[in-house]
Order: sequence, then structure tokens, then C-alpha cells
Amino acid sequence: MTAESRTVTLNMGPQHPSTHGVLRVILELDGETVVKARPVIGYLHTGIEKTMESKLYYKALPATDRMDYLAPMSNNLGFCLAVEKLMDMDVPDKVKWARVCLAELTRVKSHLVWLGTHALDLGAMSMLLYTFRERESIIDVYEACGGQRMMTSYIRIGGLAHDLPRDFDKIVRRVLDQVPRGLRDYEDLLTKNEIFINRTKGVAVISAEDAIEYSLTGPMLRGSGVNYDVRKANPYSGYENFDFTVPLGKNGDAYDRYLIRLEEIRQSLKIIKQALDGMPEGPYRAHVPGVVLPPKEDVLYKMESMIFHFKIITEGFKAPEGGVYQAVEAPKGELGFYIAGDGSNTPRRVRVRPPSFVNLASLPKLVEGRLFSDVVCAIGSIDIVLGEVDR
Amino acid sequence: MQDKLREFFKTRFAEAVVKEDTFRDQLSFYVRPDALLDVCQALRHDAELDVRFLSDITAVDWLGHRRESEGRFEVIYNLYSLGHRYRFFVKVLLPAENPTVASLCDLWPSANWLEREVFDLMGVRFAGHPDLTKILTPDELEGHPLRRDYPLTWEQPAFSWNKDEPPEVIK
Repeated sequence: MTAESRTVTLNMGPQHPSTHGVLRVILELDGETVVKARPVIGYLHTGIEKTMESKLYYKALPATDRMDYLAPMSNNLGFCLAVEKLMDMDVPDKVKWARVCLAELTRVKSHLVWLGTHALDLGAMSMLLYTFRERESIIDVYEACGGQRMMTSYIRIGGLAHDLPRDFDKIVRRVLDQVPRGLRDYEDLLTKNEIFINRTKGVAVISAEDAIEYSLTGPMLRGSGVNYDVRKANPYSGYENFDFTVPLGKNGDAYDRYLIRLEEIRQSLKIIKQALDGMPEGPYRAHVPGVVLPPKEDVLYKMESMIFHFKIITEGFKAPEGGVYQAVEAPKGELGFYIAGDGSNTPRRVRVRPPSFVNLASLPKLVEGRLFSDVVCAIGSIDIVLGEVDR
Repeated sequence: MQDKLREFFKTRFAEAVVKEDTFRDQLSFYVRPDALLDVCQALRHDAELDVRFLSDITAVDWLGHRRESEGRFEVIYNLYSLGHRYRFFVKVLLPAENPTVASLCDLWPSANWLEREVFDLMGVRFAGHPDLTKILTPDELEGHPLRRDYPLTWEQPAFSWNKDEPPEVIK
């Protein structure tokens, strides 16, 4: 028997519960060991970037919700900041604070789903029920702000869709109250759980050098001990005013990433608390005539506002020629928007740098030479959303 | 960091840089396509600049715009210095006919998928890429959807309702 004939090619996915969507992995196995892994993506390609090219800038925004559907507000924020950078405008402080608050809520929400599904993959069934219990309180905030529970499109170019709800402070503080209690439950169930440790410790390891070479970002990169967080490195939306730490791992394995994500939830809650305590008063939209929609109250009573409203809705605004890149720290890593304007009212090109896509490319590196059962753990610990990988 | 970069390009690649551009505090260097690999290799291994992180590769199609005369495709390499926390761009302008540029897969493994995506959606070829195949679109799909002359309303693979109709190009 030759060495080649001993391997078995196994197809995993695209309809496999632990691939978190429609990811297909072609695995070459030698017994229980993975010799070669080849991820196949594209099953959810919807051409969002192409769609955005034919839309006015503010009409392209709702498409961003649908990429990483577990973290819609982070996507909104990235796109809006990029367009604001292209138009060279600033937004009021209240908008910045509210955006930080919402983006951090989104991070907590995304990490909770990750925690539930990752634990589910590894056999801890009940975790999913507990994390979704806490996630519900965050969805309530979404519903109060944007009127919808998932695809809110609440953060808009130049500000917010409408003012924060009157009981915003109260319902967000309910999250601050509930999530830490949940975190204690998760830690009791998982952190010292022998089965969980055996399945994650020393699994899907990547060294700091490799992590940089593979352009990993987010908890994947920080799990290997590289200190790069866009919020600290190149602050946006007023993050420099908030006090928080960036947790770092040592071993670069799935267990370290788990610990980092838990700690990130705690740090996010800390930021949300600061944002609530220091929430400034003021308008919820920037005053940039011809670019940002005037507040609805003005449109009903002021002639000028009505004209601007009409003009922006019908023909949008013209962006200057040139390309800008704006990165935000999405829950999964560095989410970047490269927007090239060409002097017309639609973008020439909107490029999304999806963190999941780049992180997923490292899957062969994580699993080759390891056991077959670790593939599930590796996919889970990367934290992918196929809507974002394929766009 | 800006001055260091300018100094780097001036002393080592003076003839390779076509032009330099600053837009919204973001620095871009347009380099000649044949010099790209050397420039990136030198940047990657320069200890002082510390440009070890390839953030993104993307491309813009300037068809029908006045910029098209300089080169229809603009391939953008988004580089980041972890030490200096500084981001800048190296850009390459390619002609409409057979746009080809050297692959960076040997320098950064992450370039593999990023280049495949640009190839699939924009049709830019990367010479020396180990596996330059489609990544996002179906195998039977013809053309490169992100090009500006790719029809927007045409569904491919053809379904029964549009099988025999010619595509309507929307500009």
C-alpha cells in the first residue's frame, strides 16, 4: 500500500450544522489526521458590493446590515464613517457616544451568539439557551432604537436615523445588569469544565508570526498575543475618550480566544457604562446641508429643510473623486470599507474588507496535521459569518 | 512615518514610483506594475518601517471615467505598519487589455485568497499565484461581475425567463 492510497477525501458541508452557514471544507484524511483542508466558499455570494455601486450613498447603507447579520450596527458604523471621511465631515458628540454605545452592544451580542454556537459544536448544548437569553435584552435595545430586531440600519450617514428612544438609558442599563449575571453562569459551565478544556486547549494553534502573515485580526490575532485593536491603534468615533483594556492571549489556541472574547464582553460593558454616564446632549444628526437629511421635524415646518430633504432623497449627494479606507473593530476583527468616489452621486466602488473572509483563509494552517475532530473547534473559534465571507 | 516612507521610496525606488497622492490624510504611492514585487519585498523586510501587515487587496474599475486614460484598473494594496500604527496604500494602474501584475503570495499567505477574489470579481490576473481560480462566483458564470461593463440586471447562469434575451447594460 502506497502512502497516497491511504488518504481518504471527505466532504464536509455546505449543509453541516457546525460550519455556521454554508461553508464547505474538502478534507483529506489519513486515519483521523487531517492531511489537507481546502475551504470552499461562495455559496452565499449575493453581490452586495456590486449592488452598492448602483445605489445612492445613503441607499447603499441597508445592504451593510445583511453582511455580518450578527453585528449589523458595526457594519453600519464602518460604512457611515467611511462615507463621512469621503465627504470630510464631522458628527456631533452625542452621535459619537451613541454610536460607541451601540457598537459595543453589538460586540456583546455577536460574542454571545458565538459563545452559544461554539459551545454547542463542542457538545455543551445548554449554553446556547443561556446566551440567547442574555442576547434578547440587547435585541430589545435594537428594537427600541431602530424599530427592528436585527437589520436596524439605525446608524446613518451623518448621524442616526432618529433620536435615541426616551427610555434608552433604562433599557441599556437593564443589559448592563443582566449580562454580567449571565457571564458568571457561562464561566461556571465552561471555563473550568474538563471536557471543554480538553476540546479547546492546544487546539487550532497559530503563532504570533503566522497570525500576522495571515493578516488575522480581532480575537484571532490577539489570542496569539499581538496587540492590535483598531479602537486603540487608530481610534475612531471618539474611542480615545473611553477607558478600557485590550485582552491578550498567550498560546494562540481556541481556549485563549474563548477567554479573550469573554473578557471583551466585560470591557464592552465597561465602555457602554461610560458612554451612558457621559452621554452628551445635542442634535442626533450633523448639520451638513445637502448631504445629511435634515431632522424630520424641520422638514414639516421649514421650507429650506424640505427642499434639501427632497433633493437628497431624489438625487443624493455628489462625492469627490478619490478613495478612502476606514477600518472599525467589528466583533470578528478589522472591518474595513474602501470607498472610491468618482464625482457622481453613486460610489464607483465599495470594497468591504470582511474580517471573517481573511480569518477563514487561515483554516488550513490551523487544522492540517491535527485531528479531524478539531476541525469543528477550529471553525468555531475563528467565528465566521458566511454572509460576510461571501457578501 | 510619512516622511520615512517618502524617504524610502525616494532613495530606493525613485524610478518605480509613478506618482504620489494624499487624499483625506491617506498616503498612496502609485508604482509601476513591474516594480510591485520588489517594492513590497523591500517594505516587508525593512525593519524600521515595520510594514508586516497586508490588510487588504482590492481593485477599482475606472471604465468610462477620465481616469481611465491612466489605466483602467487600479489595484490597491492596503498595507499597515503594526509598530507605527500607520496605514498607507501602494497602488498599481493596469491597462484594460490583459491586466496582469505579480502575485504577493510568497510574501504574505493571506494574499492568496485576496488575490483570488480580485481575479474572480474584477478579472485582474496575478502572475505566479499558486492557485488562481474562482472563489466566490459559481464555476459556470462567465465574466467578472465587478467590472463596470458587466450587466447589472442579467442573471447568470441563465434561468428560463431570460435565457434568450440579450443582457441590458445599465451604466
